[in-house]
Amino acid sequence: MDGKLLEAKNVSVDFRIDGQYQTAIHKLNISIKHGEVVALVGESGSGKSTFAMSVMGLHNSDQTRVTGSIKLNDNELIGLSERQFDAYRGVSVGMIFQDPLSSLNPLMKIGDQIAEAITVHDKQSKKVKQRVQKLISDVGIVDVQRVSQQYPHELSGGMRQRVMIAIALANEPDLIIADEPTTALDATIQAQILDLIKEIQQKKNAGILLITHDLGVVAEMADTVTVMYAGQIVEQARVSDLFNHPKHPYTRSLLRADPSEVNSGDELYAIPGTVPALKDMDHSKDLFLKRVPWLDKAEVEATVDEKLQKVSDGHYVRGNAWQNFEFLEDL
Amino acid sequence: MWRTILRRVLIMIPQLILVSILIFMLAQLMPGDPFYGSLNPNSDPATIARMRHAAGLDLPWYQQYVKWVGNVIHGDLGTSYVVNKGWTVTRIIGQRIWPTLSMGIIAAVLTYVLSISQALLAARNENKIIDRILIVWNTMTSAVPSFVFYFVMMVLFVYIIPIFPSSGTGIDDTQSFTTNFFSNLRYAFLPALTIAVFSTNSIFQYLRSNLLDQQAQDYVRTARAKGVQIKDVFRKHILRNAFLPIASGIGYSITGILGGAIFAETVFGYPGLGALFVQALSGRDYTVITALMLLQGVLALLGGLLSDIISAWVDPRVRVK
Ligand SMILES: Nc1ncnc2c1ncn2[C@@H]1O[C@H](COP(=O)(O)OP(=O)(O)OP(=O)(O)O)[C@@H](O)[C@H]1O
Ligand SMILES: [Mg+2]
Repeated sequence: MDGKLLEAKNVSVDFRIDGQYQTAIHKLNISIKHGEVVALVGESGSGKSTFAMSVMGLHNSDQTRVTGSIKLNDNELIGLSERQFDAYRGVSVGMIFQDPLSSLNPLMKIGDQIAEAITVHDKQSKKVKQRVQKLISDVGIVDVQRVSQQYPHELSGGMRQRVMIAIALANEPDLIIADEPTTALDATIQAQILDLIKEIQQKKNAGILLITHDLGVVAEMADTVTVMYAGQIVEQARVSDLFNHPKHPYTRSLLRADPSEVNSGDELYAIPGTVPALKDMDHSKDLFLKRVPWLDKAEVEATVDEKLQKVSDGHYVRGNAWQNFEFLEDL
Repeated sequence: MWRTILRRVLIMIPQLILVSILIFMLAQLMPGDPFYGSLNPNSDPATIARMRHAAGLDLPWYQQYVKWVGNVIHGDLGTSYVVNKGWTVTRIIGQRIWPTLSMGIIAAVLTYVLSISQALLAARNENKIIDRILIVWNTMTSAVPSFVFYFVMMVLFVYIIPIFPSSGTGIDDTQSFTTNFFSNLRYAFLPALTIAVFSTNSIFQYLRSNLLDQQAQDYVRTARAKGVQIKDVFRKHILRNAFLPIASGIGYSITGILGGAIFAETVFGYPGLGALFVQALSGRDYTVITALMLLQGVLALLGGLLSDIISAWVDPRVRVK
């Protein structure tokens, strides 16, 4: 198959806050091919999880408006009813969350929580028990019998995240969304979990949407990267292009601020300011430029073309500011 | 699990001793003594002294205590001097306990059925009209003074829509409550319902807000991401977690049976332990009062035990390994 697995076009999400709709993500375009790992990066509050939850159809429909088009294997997801979404969640797409402790039901045995992912879509399934045990051993847990009888609080963080992965894999989905799957874990465990995700992805040829703030994780895992800021995409590229030829000021700031990129003697760069609140986001502008104090006002306030500019094959960037952007220290 | 229970039962022994000493001392502090109400005030003081001596009331308190405990262990709680003069207290309580117990159990079951179903309905329809109605109703029942409420229930179901008998248990002294168990439940139902409606409101409010809190938890999102329908997520995941802090209260509803019965039984003329307590208090029926206080102490300890067992049963994090 070389068709697109996931094709999201012009996806916008507005949350109703105090009776007013406020835009959290604005006209996002992201596509994922079968077997491809796409990383989504950006600071806290840039709208990464909001996008993931739209693909899962997990926004509260009374309080949220999702527009645009999200196609999975050519089936449109936006506008599906709750029941139609239920049939596709956990089957075509599985999700792994950040905090594996709070993401598991504290009162339910591990084995039952994995089994539920199977039985909810296949009530007659006879081999549930065997399938659960296979899933537990597939995610690298040796003590299968005992773990399936245990409760979440009896497991370590790494083990819990393995269980979450087993749940996401239960029905062999084509797409796996991992929302900061290692942020809550120790460094050594992080590496193990990432290896596991990579191994599964290669074995099952699943597409992965990997959300992270960790550029080291991106370099190791992803094929392409989408950089988001304040609900919009600012740069999209293959991993090597992004790390070797970053264009947008935000991408360059992120790389400069990344602790793993610091050579000895260099001081760690801190991006001034913070991501604006939803109500202060004017998506006709390049919102990141507000956080570059040394730019002149005209440039910061300039209206920016909605369409991303093509830099090279598969490499796109937002606005024009990147063309003559320099860090203050380098001016 | 069994070890948790065993350990918990062992802890009860010193608690029980403490409670019994406390009750014995309280009884000592009560004004007058068993003969106070039943004797002719003109009796010869020497006669009274003789009677007191015969009853062992002139011994030092610790000797009296040991004697009392010994009797209690052998099931001898003394004889009633006022309420049913000449009857043993064991016999009186044995007769009165069934009406109260059945009423208390019906009330507890109704309370939880009413509060769980109302809270689920409200939380599933947060901020919708049904939720608002339930909130208003429960705020109302908690704001109305209990005597007004009891009166309204009485008038409504006994006189206006006469589906329940107005008073009694349907038995006389010669019959045992248990022989006509089901027809007797009819008498228990109205006071039980009244207690239940009245105690539902606080559980409803607490459970509703727990359900809403739990609904926002991460494990709910996981269940949804598996494809579990929202109504099944409520049933299989949210309800149990939201019920957790309340589950231990089920044990304590045993403890509250007697206290709740006092008012309801008096209003509905239902001759159980609650009504007995009121009678015994006003007649200063020393032995009966002491026995009822002891029973209340035991119920309190049993309530605590039951609530711990329930907590350990519903919450794996509480179980000791
Ligand atoms: N249900 C909601 N109602 C209102 N606002 C929301 C809701 N969910 C998210 N937001 C807002 O939308 C913006 C984007 O949030 P989102 O969680 O998608 O960010 P993120 O990129 O995933 O950040 P993080 O790295 O912290 O997870 C934030 O300003 C957040 O406060
Ligand atoms: Mg997030």
